[in-house]
Amino acid sequence: MFSFILKRLGVMVLTAICLTFIVFYLVNLDPNLEKIAKTQGNMRMTDEQVESWLESNGYREPLIKRYGEWLINTVQGDMGYSLRMQKPVTGELGQRLGYTGILMFWVMVVMVPMALLIGVLAGMREGTKLDRALSVASITTTSAPEYVTGIIFTVIFASTLGWLKGVSSVNNITIENFTLPVITMAIYGMGYIARMTRASMVEVMSSQYIRTARLKGVSFKNIVVKHALRNALIAPFTVIMLQFPWLLTGVVIVEAMFNYKGFGWLLVNAAANNDIDLLLGCSVVAVFVVLSTQLISDIGYAYLNPRIRVN
Amino acid sequence: MSEPILKIDDLCISFFTRIGEIPAVMDFSCEVMPGEAMGLVGESGCGKSTVALGIMRDLGKNGRIVGGSIKFRGRDMVDMSDEELRKIRGSQISMIYQEPMASLNPAMKVIKQLNEVTMIHEGLSETDASKRSIDLLDAVRLPDPDRIANSYPHQLSGGQQQRIVIAMALLSKPALLLLDEPTTALDVTVEAGIVDLVKDLGKEFGTSMLFISHNLGLILETCDRITVMYSGEAVESGTVKEVFDRMRHPYTQGLFRSIPLPGADKNARPLIAIPGQFPLPHLRPPGCNFGPRCDYFVGGVCDKGDLPMQPVAEEPDHEIRCVRSREIDWNAPPANIKKQESVTAGEIVLRVNNLKKHYQVAANAIFGGIQKRVVKANESVTLEAREAETVAIVGESGCGKSTLAKILLGLETATSGEVFLNDKEIGSVIIHERDTNTVSSVQMVFQNPFDTLNPSHTIGGQIIRVLEKFGMGNNNEERRQRMLELLDLVKLPREFEKRKPRQLSGGQKQRIGIARAFAGHPRVVVADEPVSALDVSVQAAVTELLMDIQRDSRTTMLFISHDMSVVRYLSDRIVVMYLGYVVEQGSTDQVFSPPYHPYTEALLSAVPIADTSVKKKHVVLEGDIPSAMYPPPGCPFQTRCPRKSQVEGDLCERELPPMRELATGHSVLCHLPQSVFDDMDPIISLGDAHADDYAAPIDPTDNQPSSPMH
Amino acid sequence: MENEYISTFEIFTTSIIRFWPTWSAIAVVLIGGWITRSKLGLFGRLFDSPVGMTGLIIVLFWIFTAIFADIIAVMPSDAASFTPGIKKGGPGIIDAGNNIIMIWGADNLARDIFSRVVWGSQIVLIIAPAATAVAYMVGITLGLPAGYFGGRIDTVLSFLANLILAFPVILLFYLLVTPEIRQPVYYDLGLFSLPWSIPIGLAGFFFLFPIIFLCTLWLTRFDHAPKKLAMYIGATVIIGLWIYAGLVFGADFAPFNLEPNELNVFAAVVLGSSPGVFRIVRGLTLDIGTRDYVAAAQTRGERPWYIMLWEILPNARGPLIVDGCLRIGYTTILLGTLGFFGLGLSPESPDWGSMINHGRPFVRVASSIHLSLIPALALMTLVLGLNLLADGLREESLRD
Repeated sequence: MFSFILKRLGVMVLTAICLTFIVFYLVNLDPNLEKIAKTQGNMRMTDEQVESWLESNGYREPLIKRYGEWLINTVQGDMGYSLRMQKPVTGELGQRLGYTGILMFWVMVVMVPMALLIGVLAGMREGTKLDRALSVASITTTSAPEYVTGIIFTVIFASTLGWLKGVSSVNNITIENFTLPVITMAIYGMGYIARMTRASMVEVMSSQYIRTARLKGVSFKNIVVKHALRNALIAPFTVIMLQFPWLLTGVVIVEAMFNYKGFGWLLVNAAANNDIDLLLGCSVVAVFVVLSTQLISDIGYAYLNPRIRVN
Repeated sequence: MSEPILKIDDLCISFFTRIGEIPAVMDFSCEVMPGEAMGLVGESGCGKSTVALGIMRDLGKNGRIVGGSIKFRGRDMVDMSDEELRKIRGSQISMIYQEPMASLNPAMKVIKQLNEVTMIHEGLSETDASKRSIDLLDAVRLPDPDRIANSYPHQLSGGQQQRIVIAMALLSKPALLLLDEPTTALDVTVEAGIVDLVKDLGKEFGTSMLFISHNLGLILETCDRITVMYSGEAVESGTVKEVFDRMRHPYTQGLFRSIPLPGADKNARPLIAIPGQFPLPHLRPPGCNFGPRCDYFVGGVCDKGDLPMQPVAEEPDHEIRCVRSREIDWNAPPANIKKQESVTAGEIVLRVNNLKKHYQVAANAIFGGIQKRVVKANESVTLEAREAETVAIVGESGCGKSTLAKILLGLETATSGEVFLNDKEIGSVIIHERDTNTVSSVQMVFQNPFDTLNPSHTIGGQIIRVLEKFGMGNNNEERRQRMLELLDLVKLPREFEKRKPRQLSGGQKQRIGIARAFAGHPRVVVADEPVSALDVSVQAAVTELLMDIQRDSRTTMLFISHDMSVVRYLSDRIVVMYLGYVVEQGSTDQVFSPPYHPYTEALLSAVPIADTSVKKKHVVLEGDIPSAMYPPPGCPFQTRCPRKSQVEGDLCERELPPMRELATGHSVLCHLPQSVFDDMDPIISLGDAHADDYAAPIDPTDNQPSSPMH
Repeated sequence: MENEYISTFEIFTTSIIRFWPTWSAIAVVLIGGWITRSKLGLFGRLFDSPVGMTGLIIVLFWIFTAIFADIIAVMPSDAASFTPGIKKGGPGIIDAGNNIIMIWGADNLARDIFSRVVWGSQIVLIIAPAATAVAYMVGITLGLPAGYFGGRIDTVLSFLANLILAFPVILLFYLLVTPEIRQPVYYDLGLFSLPWSIPIGLAGFFFLFPIIFLCTLWLTRFDHAPKKLAMYIGATVIIGLWIYAGLVFGADFAPFNLEPNELNVFAAVVLGSSPGVFRIVRGLTLDIGTRDYVAAAQTRGERPWYIMLWEILPNARGPLIVDGCLRIGYTTILLGTLGFFGLGLSPESPDWGSMINHGRPFVRVASSIHLSLIPALALMTLVLGLNLLADGLREESLRD
């Protein structure tokens, strides 16, 4: 088990370095640098002035060297300085991550139990009306990305009915202004997880060992709860973990739409303004989130599946 | 005479699909007495498994009992509510079926799965239930029951898993046990152990059994009575002796004539296949279902009305569904047997010298990935094959026969040793480095007919591609002609050229596989269990076809199998393999008569033979086949060898035995002293009755059954 | 002067009537399909699945709307109405000045939403399927060898695929689709100047794959017929490179051309979908590669690429078709995301994502919700249709 985790960690680190290097490279292309020089200096600099500004600010050092320096600093906790916000990156990142963390927490709390429940109920008895209804509902939610459901829910609950607010605030979280962002994200992810759970459940329920349990005289309820679930829920677990990369995009969309100034909002800001250090910092976080959820997913799958865990 | 435990009357089960109603079982009647074992025999699709599922009332979404009754202990089960059924299942009627690994929940420990039975049906506490479960694990002869109870199913071998399934079925001491092909997925020697166990337990617990199988030999060994099913109906039923010795239905006769019994011989007394095919369920012929394929069919008599089951004269318990039964001469030898000239073998074509193949695998792909183990798939394999000869390679799983085949075909290369095809070394030449001539000289017929053809291409197209690859024919038209000739060779209609594999039956697909293999005039054809996945009646036809083509083209055939009956029937020489080693080698006569290697002894004893006059010595091996990753030290067979005590000291555990020549061309890999070999008794002895033909009349009083049945 | 509106009922009926070319075409396809359904294989069996049929009808609706956009739309996509008071007008508003009825209202620049949605369907239904097709070429050409050969090829390719998949999509888009990156640098090569930028490089790389795929296909099939082989490869290479020059480098002599924006979007979307296809094809190859007919092909001396393309790939049709439908839906969502962040095509284009984005500031007021809501619903119905279609196909293929 130990060498397995070690190997995966190694691959993870390698991937992280590759990805952050790519971002570093793209962000430091000439046109971007030119834009930075002009914004920081003045908009009407000539090309020579741009060059000398860049040189004096260390932007013309060899790329690998600059990447190396950045990497060392980051590992030590110093992620540079945001040119746009005039604040150190690390502190800003930490704070915004916290806000997004609250959002993600509530999204998971709403989404995961509902999705699993829907999937199990649908897959338990394949082909029945309940199954068809739940399946179509799940497919519908996977067809509505956050910018669609966000609009629709805002229209219904905020603009027309007025029950909820369409704008959110990180400093003042209430049911009124927090519900819409949470259910917008939860609805989209729910559909996919429910579908995977259903598929897994159907496969398990039609397997031979369920038939053995039935022929042993086990009641239907016990078949589902004691025999089927522990096999059927292995696959959805990995799916949930692998949803995180997409949830990251969802967070960005939702925070932009509802003006919730969390990590996603920060990322968009950094990218739009080519705020190099901030952008790199956000990339590190994003990459880290994605890779660690992949790792947890792999380990979790190996652990939950007795065929792999017990030799 | 007490009441039957199970009484099925005129049972009709149908499946309701998109196409409409498909009757699977029609007017089926059967009785099982307390303590009796009833065998239900038929080929795939005849409805026998459906009967069992019908008894358990587990027919799925589409199946329904549409007529008749199933009386268990006098009560009609068709009337029972779901709650009552649930109480009966697992406690009074239990079922065991084919794949033991799939039957057990992979995420639950064995002990928990066992305990469920008694906890649900007898209300035992967990401690009491565990005690009972462990006792029963002991009763099914599992070593170290405590360790096994705490394991997960995937940690155990196939034989062990099936024993656990049997234990689970017997925990509540059911009155009736249904067994649906319980040993088909297991190795032959493991199967023998399970069969033994089931018989003994049946006697001990007094359980009645309904034993479903397509293997007549197995039924003979385990059952008291037998019912033969064809296309949804029972066609013959009676005691085992009555049916086996005095069969009175043409289908039963056809079945017996198509299996390789010890009396059959490929040249003098070839197998006779049942012509035609099963009728499709919704296209059954009027009158007798078997009529269109029956040798004794008479129009106007056999195709009218419903045929009832009628008793045979002088044997009121023996019933058959045939209106012409009394008119048929059951003693006549089969018509139009083509006796063939036996073929003399030619020069040596294939020579394998001390072949070794070792694989490197990670012991566990995820955990402990650094440590690598070596799997010794083939060790010191030496054999020879001549032109026109059939050499059988016999062994169970893990013996290395598939690896040997792969090396011959170039899919793998040897780790050391040589393979000579007509003096050209090919063992180290991988397939894409071989020239076209060599490639077309060694071809294979694959095991699984359902996967052997690409579903996306037409039959004609696939054969033409083979011809293209082998450089036969100078243009498309020539190749097409040759393809049509090949279709003729395997006795398939030429219009199959345009069909896709989906539209062909298993037997037909395998014929195309044979056509493909012989397309390039090969010198050597490796047939890897070519018929084991087919129905019994189809097996005979395909086997005969293979023999015919081989005889005419004088090709060398390497026939890989685990079925000793088929091997005896068609091979000239036999090579017995165990865990990568060749343990015995010789001509068919030499291998089938003593002296034997102890493994060969056990193998011969394990194969069920559907002949009441055959006497078989009883040799059952303990334990399971060791894993090829952790082979035992010394002789590979020593962990299970019943004759180990006849060798001095612990020689078997320390040293690999030498290859000894017992006679010219007959060698064994064994430490046993010559005296033991000289004293060996034959495992299989034929009764006198089967000297000349198949169905000679036998006096019921002077026959001994071959196995210790009641 | 106040503008007048038509009644709700009239909005409803006019909406249906305006799509008459679409309805007729759908009827023709359905009837024709019903008659020939036994010959259509998997698609023929679709008629048995209500879910699949619903999906099919929705998808056909948008396909034919895109085809007949010229007839159905009433105003060009970028035309603004100068009639006073039209801006952000509600559904059914009558534009007396231009003599048309904006049945679905007007946006904040006084453009007809109905027409823009119809024009937008063209954009989506050209880019999404095309990008998916190219992603398939890439995924298949790389996934087959990864699954078949295993070993180092598999390790490297899978690592690269994971790399791209691990990259947060939104970050990928922001880095690739910014104006700065878009600007091509021109290299003077004497006869002509070659534009170069990262998106052009990416697109150049991806667009090679269809050509490579087709050529390998011919090479393996006609290895025994050199004349046919030369003919097929010649045609493929010439036509392929001709189209390639136009799409990637914007050459004038070529039949198709892409705006730099469009090229950018295309390259980004293909990059985002290819690893997914790679994974699926690799998985299918690993599974199908264990079948006996593959071993049979090996034992008769077939070369690996023949086996991959002609033995394995045809049998992966079913799952790939199902995945294809889903992936076109996913690509549509990606396009919408790009538009939502203003990263997509030019601001005036009637791309649905951009429309949603531009309408966002107005969504909180009940009277102007239609600016974002209508394109959102359009996008959702298209993806829903694709998903239902895929689900129906999957059900039918399993029910064999």
